[in-house]
Amino acid sequence: MVGIDKDILLEIRNLCSGYKRKNILKGIDFLVRRGEFWGLIGPNGSGKTTLLKSITKILPAQKGNVFYNKKDIMKIPAKKLAQNIAVVPQVSVFHFSFTVEDFVLLGRIPYLPRFYLEGKNDYRIAEEAMRLTETISFRQRRINELSEGEKQRVVIARSLAQKPTLLLLDEPAAHLDIRHQLDVFNLLEKLNREKGITIILVSHDLNLATQYASQLILLNEGKIFAQGSPKEIINEENIWKVYGVKVKVTPGIKGNPLVNLWP
Amino acid sequence: MVTSNKIRRWIGWLIILVILLLGISFLSLTIGPVRIPLTKSISLLAQKLCFWKSYSLENTPAAIILFKIRIPRLILGMVVGAALSSAGVILQGMFRNPLVEPYTLGISGGAAAAVGLVIVAGLSGTLTQIIPLAGFAGAIGAAILVYFIASSGGRLTIPTLLLTGVIVSFLSSSLIMLLMSLAKGEELHGIMFWIMGNLQETNLSFIITVSLIILTGIFISFLFARDLNALVLGEEEATHLGIEVERTKKILFILASLLTGVAVSASGVIGFVGLMIPHLIRGVVDADHRFLLPASALLGASFLVGADLIARTIISPRELPVGVITGIVGGIIFIYIIRKRKVEFRW
Repeated sequence: MVGIDKDILLEIRNLCSGYKRKNILKGIDFLVRRGEFWGLIGPNGSGKTTLLKSITKILPAQKGNVFYNKKDIMKIPAKKLAQNIAVVPQVSVFHFSFTVEDFVLLGRIPYLPRFYLEGKNDYRIAEEAMRLTETISFRQRRINELSEGEKQRVVIARSLAQKPTLLLLDEPAAHLDIRHQLDVFNLLEKLNREKGITIILVSHDLNLATQYASQLILLNEGKIFAQGSPKEIINEENIWKVYGVKVKVTPGIKGNPLVNLWP
Repeated sequence: MVTSNKIRRWIGWLIILVILLLGISFLSLTIGPVRIPLTKSISLLAQKLCFWKSYSLENTPAAIILFKIRIPRLILGMVVGAALSSAGVILQGMFRNPLVEPYTLGISGGAAAAVGLVIVAGLSGTLTQIIPLAGFAGAIGAAILVYFIASSGGRLTIPTLLLTGVIVSFLSSSLIMLLMSLAKGEELHGIMFWIMGNLQETNLSFIITVSLIILTGIFISFLFARDLNALVLGEEEATHLGIEVERTKKILFILASLLTGVAVSASGVIGFVGLMIPHLIRGVVDADHRFLLPASALLGASFLVGADLIARTIISPRELPVGVITGIVGGIIFIYIIRKRKVEFRW
């Protein structure tokens, strides 16, 4: 029986997944509803990236299921899945000479039959994606000439050109300075609020995740340690248990908890 | 509109490349030990095309040289050049590595080893097409071997594939050296000539078969241009864009092997075409495979026809193997490209 809640976009049930000789995820269950903004947090090796890879069929489940829109993702053709789920990877390597615009247009691949060139509609969608990510002003520049922050926005623009319902991001701001980190997270908030895109975001930065995500999943050793709103998840006890670190949690400016580290 | 600008630019470049190919082709029909003026070869060609079955033409020496020697050689040069550079485009796209070419995967090494085996076994005289057939079988055999060794661990990954290819290459060249040390004088010459590559093939029906296979292979590759564009981003990102990566990689691998195997079977080992041509087009014009594939095929054809022209005229009346010319010219141009770091970074 698949859930009866109409708003459920993603349902993960008893998911076990990992690599050949290493099980990483050991029974994950959770529900994502349309329009939610989830943050996946947890220590290194807790299975955050593995979970993202299982949602996009990069790693097939060893046990359990992932349902997208009530359908088992293993039964959704890759092309169809790419029209619904877009991914912004941890690192993007650019060893090619695409212009920003051509790169963003690659996001239209799932929609184009073999023989077709991109049409007006594809250009319009790519333009909108570039406008949203404020990359349109350098659309003709080559992508490997850009700064790190600009590159990441271009990668997000490409994922938006896929017109995704669900956007997965693996530490999208990890290599950026705080200004560009904020740019990226503000952009994600805008996409979530204005475009209704459902977001699942892996982040190492507890405070960024806490300020922006409406729901958090705290992973530990391949299992969900806790899930819920930031106020429920981020407390001194949970962080001590999962990370083994003593922190001070205080209320932040927007009311969400703020994790304070001290040496 | 940005769209039409890009397409217009592509078409402009393709027209330039077609003109280049035509120019080099007519030059190669004209120049040789016997000079056939351009007007004469054009009029002979026109007559031949108009009266296909009329044999009266073929009695003049010029017509014999044109139709029996230069045109077959020209066609072979074009299709082999196109096949090698297309195979280079496919493999480089799959591996996201500009220094990969058919030889890195041991495909042409396998072909050369199989041919050497046939020559040393003394079978080369038994059947006119046995050498090309052996080359083809060896190429496919090496490709399958590399593929299965590399994918024996389950998922086929690119580093394993490359490493296996290098190992199979080493094995093949060791086998060739073994065969050469066992070979007698005349056979040795045959193997040497094969290894260095040449375009002296006069069996017209064989050339037609090879051409048809190569043209079909290039056409099918073109259908996978968009998949190659996605693969350049990385395998996971290609999956995220809806490409069935494992299946696509297998098809592309078979296509590249087919193109290389047939080219090597027809002309021996001709290096550097598959390495240099795609790199040049990518650096100067565009990395989009929808343009890169046809453009590389055209430039590869021009390059090999030009190289062959040099090979057969530079120490006339004797000939060099064309592989020597492509190696020297290709090597120099390649070093030049790498030294221009800007182009190199643009891949």
